Amino acid sequence: MTGTTGITLTGRPGAGAARPVKAPPLRPQNRQLAVLAVLLLVAVPLPLVLPPAQGAVAVRILIFALMAVGWNVMSGFGGMFSFGHAAFFGLGAYTSAYLLVEHNVSPWIGMLAGMAVAAAVAVVIGYFAFRYRLQGAYFALATFAFAEMLRLIVTTTEFTNKAVGFTVPLIRGSSLWKIQFAADSPAYFWIALGLAGLAALVSILFLHSRTGRYVTAIRDDEPAAASLGTPVMRYKLMTVALSAAITAVAGAFYTQYYLFVNPDLAFGSSVSIQAIATVVIGGIGTIWGPIVGAIILGSLSDVTATLLRTPPGFLDFLQGRSGLDVAVYAVLLILIVRLLPKGIVGTIAARWRR
Amino acid sequence: MSPTAGTAAGTALDVAGVGKDFRGLRALSDVDFRVGEGEILGIIGPNGAGKTTLFNVICGALRPDAGRVVFGGRDITGASPDRIARAGMVRTFQLMRPFGSMSVLENVSLAAQHRRQSRHGLRKRSLDVVERVGLGEWAHCGATELPTAGLKRLELARALAMRPKVLLLDEVLAGLVPAEREPVLDLLAALREEDGTTLLFIEHIMAAVMRLSDRVLVLDQGRVLAAGSAEEVTSDPRVIEAYLGEEPGGDDD
Repeated sequence: MTGTTGITLTGRPGAGAARPVKAPPLRPQNRQLAVLAVLLLVAVPLPLVLPPAQGAVAVRILIFALMAVGWNVMSGFGGMFSFGHAAFFGLGAYTSAYLLVEHNVSPWIGMLAGMAVAAAVAVVIGYFAFRYRLQGAYFALATFAFAEMLRLIVTTTEFTNKAVGFTVPLIRGSSLWKIQFAADSPAYFWIALGLAGLAALVSILFLHSRTGRYVTAIRDDEPAAASLGTPVMRYKLMTVALSAAITAVAGAFYTQYYLFVNPDLAFGSSVSIQAIATVVIGGIGTIWGPIVGAIILGSLSDVTATLLRTPPGFLDFLQGRSGLDVAVYAVLLILIVRLLPKGIVGTIAARWRR
Repeated sequence: MSPTAGTAAGTALDVAGVGKDFRGLRALSDVDFRVGEGEILGIIGPNGAGKTTLFNVICGALRPDAGRVVFGGRDITGASPDRIARAGMVRTFQLMRPFGSMSVLENVSLAAQHRRQSRHGLRKRSLDVVERVGLGEWAHCGATELPTAGLKRLELARALAMRPKVLLLDEVLAGLVPAEREPVLDLLAALREEDGTTLLFIEHIMAAVMRLSDRVLVLDQGRVLAAGSAEEVTSDPRVIEAYLGEEPGGDDD
């Protein structure tokens, strides 16, 4: 009795079983890898054609993209909504800054160390949050609390220079090993592009891996996944660790690019908000959402910064104020959630399928 | 009451003195039975009798307050659901729980991927299972596009893809029209014949219980009211009374 004769599904009218269904011609993973390769190729010559000011915006966009790809792994693919990714960004920034300033360790090594520290902390936070079954808003609040805790600890600890933070010592000339170049050097852009490209590559491979399928299943229905033998805790912790590690790379590179980091820049809640806003606008749980969101928010943050520096006459009251970028993100976030709840990429993908 | 398995083969599952309270409300008390390897055990009882709670306790979703669950000679009381499933005891849910972002085939692959195997082997095995439950034409559809009957089969397919030694089915026939039930019943019978799978199934449709079960366990208010062949239990006055005089053989159509 393995034949299918006589077995037809009744139910929704119009959902005839005779509908021809074919497998997609190109595996999604390969399609996404091809798109990534094209994007990278197009982006490589950008710093050579853009004016220097725009080059800085491009680097900022890539830092946003790194953070966003990291956040999306956990909150999008894994469905564990984090409001505290500043914790991992900050750990990446501080670990690499500390190692460089105090022990003259290359920021590349510092970056790896920062990834390890962030992943380890994420596993601890995750373990307790999952152990006590925090979900949804409660989970988000717990991650926020941990990030704030880290910010306060760093602000009051001698060893991390309290509120002052770290200033990266300048070297003479430029050095790839120290990730230091002339301010307008395209090298910053290429390094950031390489890191962001690698992060996107990892997120694509992760999503389509065996592990990624388990993670998706746990997000869709945790009890069902467990009942089918999925070790839920292990895969959630792996997801959280990967997400934290990617976000730590953003922090480490950020410090190296701006040559300066302090508790608010690294662990402040606006960092977490940036990560969230980028992905929500671009499309949660999609591969390209974080990238599209980063391009939009990165450019916007430049526009708002310019507005604050030299506001046109009718916006004179903005002169010298700060925080406009966050206000703009908030408005944009509300609009997107209201009009395109799946984000830009999510909405386009849904239309495409229909 | 003689709740021992009548088969000569070994014991697949031994539930000993299991009890479960929900904030003082007694959901299960002193539930005691064994299932032999390759046996098919039907579980019936009025609504709220504790049938699904019993499944939850056996499969690790709930920890019992008393008693033990022994599966294949190993005490698995309080083990996590995923470990029990990987050990070979798999359950389906009464309310279907598809992975909504995946296709039918991907849903099944997820259950089949615990064994290390080539991508090709995994795909082939998953397709085989999808065909076996009659969802072949739907393999590449989104799981949420399936009608109720299809979702029921998807639940079954995912469980089968685990190659379970013991399969616990929570009302697989509910929501199916009679014509849809037949092939499912044939499939379940074939599972025992061909794969030697031990089956425990909760079911309200008595015709199916009569046809498939070697033995029937009747639960009422969290206790084992009766156990025996389908004929024995349906003629048991206590069972008839538990159903408030309504004929337990009455079909819901």
